[in-house]
Amino acid sequence: MLRLEHVAWTTPDGDQIVRDIDLTIGNGKLVVITGPNGSGKTSLVKLVAGIMEPTSGRIYLDGEDITDADVTERAKKGIAYAFQQPVKFKGMTVKDMLELAAGEDMPFVNVCGLLGKVGLCAEEYIDRELSGSLSGGESKRIEIATVLARNAKLSIFDEPEAGIDLWSFTRLVETFQELQNEQKGTLLVISHQERILSIADEIVVIADGVVEKAGPRDEILPQLLAQPHMACCPQGKREIW
Amino acid sequence: MNKITETLMRIVSEYDGDLKGAYNIREDGGCAARQSTENIKIESKEDKPGLEVHIKAGTKGETVSIPACVTRGGVDDLVYNDFFVGEDADVTIVAGCGVHTDDGGDARHNGIHRFFLAKGAKVLYTEKHVGTGEGTGKKSIDPVTEIFMEEDSVLEMDTVQIRGVDRSVRKTSATLAARAKLVVRERIMTDGEDFAQTDFDVVLNGEDSGADLVSRSVARGKSRQVFNSWMRGMNRCTGHSECDAILANDANVVAAPALEADHVDAELIHEAAIGKIAGEQILKLRTLGLTEEEAEEKIISGFLK
Repeated sequence: MLRLEHVAWTTPDGDQIVRDIDLTIGNGKLVVITGPNGSGKTSLVKLVAGIMEPTSGRIYLDGEDITDADVTERAKKGIAYAFQQPVKFKGMTVKDMLELAAGEDMPFVNVCGLLGKVGLCAEEYIDRELSGSLSGGESKRIEIATVLARNAKLSIFDEPEAGIDLWSFTRLVETFQELQNEQKGTLLVISHQERILSIADEIVVIADGVVEKAGPRDEILPQLLAQPHMACCPQGKREIW
Repeated sequence: MNKITETLMRIVSEYDGDLKGAYNIREDGGCAARQSTENIKIESKEDKPGLEVHIKAGTKGETVSIPACVTRGGVDDLVYNDFFVGEDADVTIVAGCGVHTDDGGDARHNGIHRFFLAKGAKVLYTEKHVGTGEGTGKKSIDPVTEIFMEEDSVLEMDTVQIRGVDRSVRKTSATLAARAKLVVRERIMTDGEDFAQTDFDVVLNGEDSGADLVSRSVARGKSRQVFNSWMRGMNRCTGHSECDAILANDANVVAAPALEADHVDAELIHEAAIGKIAGEQILKLRTLGLTEEEAEEKIISGFLK
């Protein structure tokens, strides 16, 4: 279980990005965090992953206070994080990265299984370099596969849908559902997509750095879909915000 | 062959107690062992130190190894090796070099290699350089590689300076005829007070010739590196050169690329980037459970792979 108690983060310039957030996320749940751009969603999950340090408040993972643990320690405790903008590595191949993430050598069949979950063919990508030769969408899917490779206690995905095509997006939604059904770990996903929101166990809406509302999908999603601007959005990759 | 040579050869060549194919082992300026094959003949030059290696036309899948080792201070080895690769041959040439000194004397190897590729010949040329030993003498390797490529020939050059070489100046020049292709992959690591300089001079003379030069280096400590490349397109051709360097500590890297197009259909590109390891790269690997130090090592080893 992940528990945040009065977590806040203020920039050195004094801007309050995350304000006094209390949140509890149960094990095995798929929780989607949504909200307008600039509302503090990414900052919040970075605080959970240890990429940023809260200015106040405490963070607990399975009852253990991890507030003072750095990013490496939190990774070792079972937190995985998929970056919104994947990082490039010259010389490092897709296989190298997946093996680093898994912490062991991986046979081809395992690499194939992982890349298949994000709609990529292993034969085509396994030896590709994580450099500029990959498109933004390809990099994004490999970044997601990296997190899947970790089999983490808590996997965090920051806008996994950004930059990927509709077919891959469909495959990604299926993968989240598979993970959700297997209940191997908790999934914390930042998304604006109706299709991801519609498979969530719980939805947390962040606005202006605070939790505006949170609760079961069936309670929160209808409220979001009833927002006036949603009426004109096309189906498929419909965005809430 | 002494023990130091054996150790160096295991690092810089495919030696595992034995070498396969044609070979010549050079130790402290002399010949320690040599073997020719039916298709590859190795002979000593008569006018100066070095070898003439003749590879018969049509030879396929054979390897020529010419490791050179300097195993003590006070040796300044200079050698001239010429390779004549016959038409449509397809071979691998391994030219590793190790320098070692346990005393105060300098150890230096300077190999001047010339490659003459006949029409349709294909060569994979690998070159590993290493310096070892605790002596205070300077360990230097200064290779000169001159490449002459006839029509439709292909040369892939894979060169690595692993560690421990105090000073190296490598000069590589190539002249390409029609449809000839040159691929160079260079990786260099310097540390401490090391100095490494690379000079490329490639002339794309022939129609549809092409060259792709990629140099990746890591400069640590107070080491210095200089990368000079000059690529000249004299015909319809394609050329790409890339210099990427990771900088750490108080190291210094200079990249001075130059392109010259003397034909309207010459397409030449250069890319150069110098900088420290990106913080986001370290952060990404830390989210996988690596420490900052482990992440740095992983990034560097991947970069130089």
